[in-house]
Amino acid sequence: MIYAYIAVMAVTTYLIRMLPLTLFQKKIRNRYIRSFLYYVPYACLAAMTFPAILYSSASMYSAAAGFLVAIVLSLREKSLLTVALSACGTVFVVERILELL
Amino acid sequence: MHIGTKTDRRGVPRGSLQGEPGHNRFWEGFRHGIPIGLGYFSVSIAFGIKAVSGGLTPFQAVLISLTNLTSAGQFAGITVIAAGASLLEMALTQLVVNLRYALMSLSLSQKLHASVGTLKRCVIAFGNTDEIFAVASSQRGSLGLRYMLGLMTAPIFGWSLGTLTGAVADTLLPDIVRSALGIALYGMFIAIVVPPMKKQGSVRAVVTISLVISTAFYYIPGLSSLSPGFVIIICTLAAAGMGAYLFPLPDEEEEIRDNPEKESLGAEREKGEKP
Repeated sequence: MIYAYIAVMAVTTYLIRMLPLTLFQKKIRNRYIRSFLYYVPYACLAAMTFPAILYSSASMYSAAAGFLVAIVLSLREKSLLTVALSACGTVFVVERILELL
Repeated sequence: MHIGTKTDRRGVPRGSLQGEPGHNRFWEGFRHGIPIGLGYFSVSIAFGIKAVSGGLTPFQAVLISLTNLTSAGQFAGITVIAAGASLLEMALTQLVVNLRYALMSLSLSQKLHASVGTLKRCVIAFGNTDEIFAVASSQRGSLGLRYMLGLMTAPIFGWSLGTLTGAVADTLLPDIVRSALGIALYGMFIAIVVPPMKKQGSVRAVVTISLVISTAFYYIPGLSSLSPGFVIIICTLAAAGMGAYLFPLPDEEEEIRDNPEKESLGAEREKGEKP
């Protein structure tokens, strides 16, 4: 069953990438569709991140601290790698501090 | 099979897509892909851990990474698997979560050299991730197959090896490290979403709408029983739909305005590329 899931994932994802690249070589004219597609990644990533991020580590305090650090570094336009690793580091440090309390 | 090539020649007025491609060296592409590969490696460790803790074997986790090559889609996918949802729900989740690739592929199709026919496009399509698309579209001139293959190489290796590392190390890693790595993927998502929020009120509005809906679905009794896959679909359709209705993009007149994503990603890339 798991392989059926994986096959559906892979085929769906590939077709989404492949079809526009091969079939639709004309530009999209419809303003609404273009706008919708443009906003999709932001809407989707936001929904996946919050509030799930608060439950991504052992404690909600450390997760919230990591969340905060990620936002601050992203506002400074640091790279994906920097932001991701700094959030991890923050969670680690905050959890060690919480242990001491 | 040659229809694609013909429309390419007819539909693209710019001479740069004919003649010699602007970039068509494998190693140039490979070099450009190294930073992406390193980033993918560290982030996919977290994916490997999450997949294995969700009940998948390391082999299955790596198979997903090798065949999908998408962070958000895989992340949503293992959530769907863990929930034991239907295959239809899986397909719908992937369709909505990965819909943005359709736009990127459309944009990339304008960037590929005339020598890149339908079959070659089928190969390139596999590696069209957010970051690969960002780097590819920030290059000057048209792109050839060899450049694109080079650009895809390091990210594919990094993503798969990182997944393997995370999946195998899962039982070896102490809880404190696993807890810290759990936030890595979310950190990456934040780094993608926040910078455009700074510049565009429309993106701020879309993100806010999505956050409100997703928070409501998480905490309001009754709504919270809905599977996470469908919650992501609902949030995305509602927020992006309202965004398109309230803040439609300017009409296309010139190439840059025609594709705002390309503009913003390209500008970001150029800034980061300065030595």
